[in-house]
Amino acid sequence: MGILEVKDVGKRFGGLQALGDVNLSVKENSVHAIIGPNGAGKSTLLNCLVGKLIPDTGSVMFDGQSVLGRTPYEINQMGISRVFQTPEIFSDLTVLENMMIPCFAKRDGAFRMHAIENMMSEAEIVDKAEHMLEEMNMADKAGMHSASMSRGDKRRLEIAMCLAQEPRLLLLDEPTAGMARADTNNTIDLLKQISDERDITIAIIEHDMHVVFSLANRITVLAQGTPLVEDDPENIRGNPKVREAYLGETA
Amino acid sequence: MDALILQILNGLDKGSAYALIALGLTLIFGTLGVVNFAHGAIFMIGAFCAVTLSKILNLSYETIDPNQTDFLGNPLKVKTPYVESWFGPEIGASLIDWAVPLAIIFSIPIMLAVGYIMERGLIKHFYKREHADQILVTFGLAIVLQEIIKYFYGANPIQTPSPDALSGVANVGAVFGMDIVYPVWRIVYFCFAAVIIAAVFSFLQFTTFGMVVRAGMADRETVGLLGIDIDRRFTIMFGIAAAVAGLAGVMYTPINSPNYHMGMDFLVLSFVVVVVGGMGSLPGAVLAGFMLGILESFASMNAIKSLIPGIDQIIIYVVAIIILLTRPRGLMGRKGVMEE
Amino acid sequence: MLGLNKKDTSLMIVVIILTMFAPFILNPFPVDSAMAQFNAGYPDLMQRFVIFGIFAIGFNILFGLTGYLSFGHAAFLGIGSYSVVWMYKLLDYNVIYGLPLAVLTAGIFAVAIGYVSLRRSGIYFSILTLAFAQMSFNLAYSVLTPITNGETGLQVYNNDPQVLLGANEATSPHLFGIVMNNSFKLDVGAWQFTFNNGYYFCALVMLLVFYLSIRIFRSPFGLMLRAVKSNQNRLSYTGLNPRPYTLAAFVISGMYAGLAGGLMASMDPLAGAERMQWTASGEVVLMTILGGTGTLIGPVLGAGFIKYFENIFSKINDTILHQWFSFLPDGLEDAVVFIIHPFIGKGWHLTLGILFMLVVIFLPGGLVEGGQRIGKWIKSRGKSEDSDSGATTEPAE
Repeated sequence: MGILEVKDVGKRFGGLQALGDVNLSVKENSVHAIIGPNGAGKSTLLNCLVGKLIPDTGSVMFDGQSVLGRTPYEINQMGISRVFQTPEIFSDLTVLENMMIPCFAKRDGAFRMHAIENMMSEAEIVDKAEHMLEEMNMADKAGMHSASMSRGDKRRLEIAMCLAQEPRLLLLDEPTAGMARADTNNTIDLLKQISDERDITIAIIEHDMHVVFSLANRITVLAQGTPLVEDDPENIRGNPKVREAYLGETA
Repeated sequence: MDALILQILNGLDKGSAYALIALGLTLIFGTLGVVNFAHGAIFMIGAFCAVTLSKILNLSYETIDPNQTDFLGNPLKVKTPYVESWFGPEIGASLIDWAVPLAIIFSIPIMLAVGYIMERGLIKHFYKREHADQILVTFGLAIVLQEIIKYFYGANPIQTPSPDALSGVANVGAVFGMDIVYPVWRIVYFCFAAVIIAAVFSFLQFTTFGMVVRAGMADRETVGLLGIDIDRRFTIMFGIAAAVAGLAGVMYTPINSPNYHMGMDFLVLSFVVVVVGGMGSLPGAVLAGFMLGILESFASMNAIKSLIPGIDQIIIYVVAIIILLTRPRGLMGRKGVMEE
Repeated sequence: MLGLNKKDTSLMIVVIILTMFAPFILNPFPVDSAMAQFNAGYPDLMQRFVIFGIFAIGFNILFGLTGYLSFGHAAFLGIGSYSVVWMYKLLDYNVIYGLPLAVLTAGIFAVAIGYVSLRRSGIYFSILTLAFAQMSFNLAYSVLTPITNGETGLQVYNNDPQVLLGANEATSPHLFGIVMNNSFKLDVGAWQFTFNNGYYFCALVMLLVFYLSIRIFRSPFGLMLRAVKSNQNRLSYTGLNPRPYTLAAFVISGMYAGLAGGLMASMDPLAGAERMQWTASGEVVLMTILGGTGTLIGPVLGAGFIKYFENIFSKINDTILHQWFSFLPDGLEDAVVFIIHPFIGKGWHLTLGILFMLVVIFLPGGLVEGGQRIGKWIKSRGKSEDSDSGATTEPAE
């Protein structure tokens, strides 16, 4: 029994069957990659996991509880954090302020009316945020306006914000899309380090096979909205079905 | 039964004005993605085009008529409009009489120019800014336009009558064997609105230009990639939207004497109409315009007012709130327009 | 001090000094001088400065922090005024009963209106709030006449109960006997300074709510509101529910508006429906933008600026213009006066509209940003004077 169990999930947009009977089991503390050609339904699946979309059929269980019908923030509070394809951070705020928000969310829940206290005198939160930045080698950027950072740093900050919530499952949506090689390698190293050092499960949607095979210890291949195969990386490499699915696209 | 039909008719002329303004708002929003708070001011400028033309036609010179005397026995000064002396009294008089319909021709180039200047001079720079900024700058523009009109025309409503031939009442129910007396000009207004709406729709439906604009409304980026100069077409679209609102204003003058704040009054309601119809949906704007116009006139029936006091004042807003909460996209709104 | 950091403390102190010494600061010209018309140190105008300041501070908590643009805040202003006048009618002229009620009623209405409007965002939110405000305005004019007294406006009549009215009690608004209308006039040489009870009362209230707004801006709650404006998507994927945060901001700013409306009725015991019209909502938007959205002091500056120039510009007429430009040759003098004429007197709104457009186009940060830019420019100029090479490297902003 995995930490995330997707059973017979289907989603239809008008005449298009985006997902049909997807079954997926993500084991605790694994790095699970979901790959597939464009239009295979990877993003739709991800959106169904985090509450942005509600599947027409099937069930999604996280740690024994259904996530269906819950809003994104409720699902997040259950322990699923999401990293977006283009880094989603609070670009009007400073890096430290960005970091403090998930810390507050972890401590105070979805809403707390604390309108009179000074946020900077919440020592516990500030410490945690600063500590997290240090761990990410971003301590020197704490006072910086987050919009003025490089894309790689924004990605790093976004991951740090997700980790600050101590999630049990981290979902990444093509985290290296549009990145230069060096930034991609940095991100791979960072994710490796996270998965090694923390008690965390990572599910990653990725196009870049280099990233997938450097990180994943379990791979699901999606094609046309259904899982083609789920296996270990070594077996995926040689699988003719997978080749066909990809060749069909690249040829 | 007669009363019901009368109320529907009553709703139609107001609904026509709503629909025409909302149509322009939607065109601008759908094509340019701009929320234009100055659109009501365009409606007002149209109305004042009619006022201006009627003033120009009424320009007169004074002569002393020795045959007539005033009550003090002095020779009477007689004003003769220039047009009467140029074209002869009969043609001149009918020109003055038909000032409002004539203003249609007079106003089209003016409104197109107003639209063009507005888009090139101001709106263009706000395509990439936030909607809040667009609202704010067009709100400022609306204030400026309304104050300019106030400066030149004063704060009081200016009566601009319809032609004598169209100013009476007609028994429109006679055809159905009923007795429904209704002002002729309002019927004219409704027909006029119907023609304009039909023209805009067929223009968008049957011309290449319209096809490109519709494609642009659906997916601006792709159309731009096809090498079509979408910006220029959108500028023209803005001019057309301005002309539609302007014409709505021209023809509305006999129904409601124009004043400088009529634009703002209509704008608030037209925005509600657009939202109810669905942002970016042209049929939605027209449908919602007529629907709300008719609902409003039903709500002002005494029988209904005595049932729910004050309902005539708020019906449009109540409907808008209910629609927005139950069908966030409006009656006919498309997915993905103005959503988070 | 008082839980504020150093920068905020000095800001607070500056604001305290400015408001407390306003009767001096705003009356720099001797009474009989030609410039006396530019004096703003009379009670009515000073009261408006601070009351609209409160209105704008509150509006800024919503718009400045969360980015939700409400076009319906005037409704709360009107509700506040009605509440206070009703307390005059039922109890007595002591404002101590009406003001808390004004805040409370405005808050209750804000919960209801906000709960519905905040289900949508962006332009939909603006239009929903607009719809609610127009609805309130229309109702106040029509069916609610028993409560609002319709077009006449709500006021106190002789046959009102006023159950608490004592024998010797003041018959105009007062706070435990301190009558709002009363002023103390101080003559110093050619100058005259007016110290009005009502002004000082409003000023103290404003200082209190200004302090409160600094606290809100610096609180975790304020941080969340800024996060709502910055990226609502990220906020919900960070396990936070944006809606109660925005609703709380809406209610707080509605209560500020209610307080401002209540203070208006505390200065002048009247309440009319026109206070609820959407143009009044537009005015507070203008004030906030003009001053500087999302800044602490901006809204207060904006309110002061608009109310001051509204007053001054409306008073200037052609005769005054002719006096000013009398040094020019006759023809030129007439031409200049002719050009300026549309912008003064009743043309103030034209000037305001143009000013507002210019600010939105060129100076989105309002007066505060303008001040910062000038400050930077002076600094960079000072530097370039020190060393000539500095001028080429420093980009002029």
